[in-house]
Amino acid sequence: MNLAPAGLRKEGSGFDLPIALSILGASRQLPLDSLGIHAAIGELALDGRIRPVRGVLAAAEGARRAGFERLLCAEESASEAALAGVEPIPARHLAEVVAYLRGDIEPPRFEPSTNGSVGEPDVLDLADVRGQERARRALEVAAAGGHNLLFAGPPGTGKSMLARRLPGILPALSAEESLEVTRIYSAAGLLSPERPLVRQRPFRMPHQSASMAAIVGGGPGPRPGEATLAHHGVLFLDELPEFQRPALEALRQPLEEGVIAIARAEGRALFPARFQLVAAMNMCPCGGRGNPGAECVCSAQRLAAFREKLSRALVDRFDLVVAVPRPRAVELSGRAGESSAVVRARVTNAGHRIRAGPLARTEAASALLDRAVERLPLSGRGRVRVARVARTIAALADSTSVEEEHIAEALAYRSPRELAS
Amino acid sequence: MIRLRPRDALFPERLAAIFDPPPALYVRGCGDPELLAHRSVAVVGARSCSPYGSQVARMLGRELAAAGLVVVSGLARGIDGEAHRGALDAGGVTVAVLGCGIDRDYPASHAQLSRRIEEKGLVVSEYEPGVEPAPWRFPARNRIIAGLCEAVVVVEARERSGALITADFALDEGREVFAVPGEITSSLSFGVNALLKLGATPLTSSQDVLEALGIERPASAPATEVSADAKQVLELVSDAPAGADELTARSSLDVGAISVALTELEIAGLVAAAEGVYRAAKGR
Repeated sequence: MNLAPAGLRKEGSGFDLPIALSILGASRQLPLDSLGIHAAIGELALDGRIRPVRGVLAAAEGARRAGFERLLCAEESASEAALAGVEPIPARHLAEVVAYLRGDIEPPRFEPSTNGSVGEPDVLDLADVRGQERARRALEVAAAGGHNLLFAGPPGTGKSMLARRLPGILPALSAEESLEVTRIYSAAGLLSPERPLVRQRPFRMPHQSASMAAIVGGGPGPRPGEATLAHHGVLFLDELPEFQRPALEALRQPLEEGVIAIARAEGRALFPARFQLVAAMNMCPCGGRGNPGAECVCSAQRLAAFREKLSRALVDRFDLVVAVPRPRAVELSGRAGESSAVVRARVTNAGHRIRAGPLARTEAASALLDRAVERLPLSGRGRVRVARVARTIAALADSTSVEEEHIAEALAYRSPRELAS
Repeated sequence: MIRLRPRDALFPERLAAIFDPPPALYVRGCGDPELLAHRSVAVVGARSCSPYGSQVARMLGRELAAAGLVVVSGLARGIDGEAHRGALDAGGVTVAVLGCGIDRDYPASHAQLSRRIEEKGLVVSEYEPGVEPAPWRFPARNRIIAGLCEAVVVVEARERSGALITADFALDEGREVFAVPGEITSSLSFGVNALLKLGATPLTSSQDVLEALGIERPASAPATEVSADAKQVLELVSDAPAGADELTARSSLDVGAISVALTELEIAGLVAAAEGVYRAAKGR
């Protein structure tokens, strides 16, 4: 066997089937002309059954680019392979493949499943969230401008409930994006045969204990991490300060560049990771702050350490910071909020406006920003962020320029002094 | 750095008059050492204070400094730090009294605040440079804070707070003691409310201090003109501190307009925000 080109690293059990078929071909047990027009991928069990492997979509795309029209693969992989535009030949057993290639049996037929038309996973609707007007508004602004968003508030104020609804108000995935996400999930082995094409924006919520490798990818292979699985979707970090420092530091690169480079002795792996970051945290270690029904029992030292840890590494990565104090009954009984569909329409429209060209800032708006830097605790970097958010707010308002009121609203979402100092 | 002995002309008279004046006072900063003899008020309180406490401390620091008083405090986290910051906000002079050598930055997180204080004010201590902070030095430091001032204002204090020690020293030396009334259900108020019971003067505005010291209120700046929306929001916030959502529910404005109005009020210095709750920044 020669796995050319030798310089390219190959691994995985997906080579089982092609290696077996090559041996059968070389020993004249299979007609070479028939074998030569097929690509193949799949793991072989000891009894000859064919098992599905990860990454079939990418392999099928490679096969198509190499000029193959047919791909021999496990039954479970067929719908995934079909997405790449090749004709999948699903097979259960090596003997079945041999019989087919010899022309003894009809090619096993691939029945395309009713892709996506049955049981789209339920998307959580924003209409379920009562009250929390400001947090909802911030979520909308974040969605429209692709801003990273931090919620700070006591436990039980619906921070994660809101975050989970962000994918539902983002514009739908384009066909190209959908395929990109599917490729990642295929490589990670997370696709289900019934729903081979990912059409929903991903929502990933790793646990606080997640290691750096789990977040940005790594390990042997290396494997994509949560940040990559959140590509074109939302990465939600609940209890942000509880995450390990290295894991959070490692998010810097994808946040700035949209990719993750993992260096290994054998070479470098590049993973796409263009996600929107949403995080939630308490206002103090005990969770008492921001809660009218409780009193903070944190010592001054503990509180100072908590804020120190936050401010140095984290708070400056978020364009929008929203304090979410515990709502009182008066708001909970308020009217139900708008549905995700209504908000998504505004978000999509604002996106078009932002892409159409930069919005100019009026002189009055610039003057307000200058005054704010003077009067409010706002750093230079904070100023840039406010200007960016104000542009999104203007786009949401369908305005042709950034006005004073847009700057003023954006200032309300700046990181509060008690978190930043 | 200079060292003042009680027999030195620059040694503040008020401090020399207390029961056990320090054998020496080490002074650092660009301020004139003479300002230790200037009319001054201490603003002290809890380290882990509430947002309300930190806001009141800042307001008092600002207004007392604006009236020409030197604001003295202990550079601790919480109330002390906010009082210093308030005085600096007003462009006033403030003095920090340390419980360690004046070459130490304690707490370390206030190193920058300390530098700002030194630009016009002073950092003082009875301990020589190099002395480390230690728990038992802080009560002794409080006697200096009280000794330097004509009046002591306690903003927030738990039952056994160091701020109460400062108040005790002040009472012993016959200095005026003010306490800011707090919620009777909050442990951060137990200390101040106990002081009130003992006869401290309740403080409801910086004017109370100015009157007691016989100081003219500075000509107040003309009221800032604000928009109609902002006026409506300010009225609501003055009734009771509230979050943005509560204000949205109670006013005729939508959530975006509420944010616009709140920012306008914040920039005008009429409203302060902490932990998502907005409060009126000025008393009556």
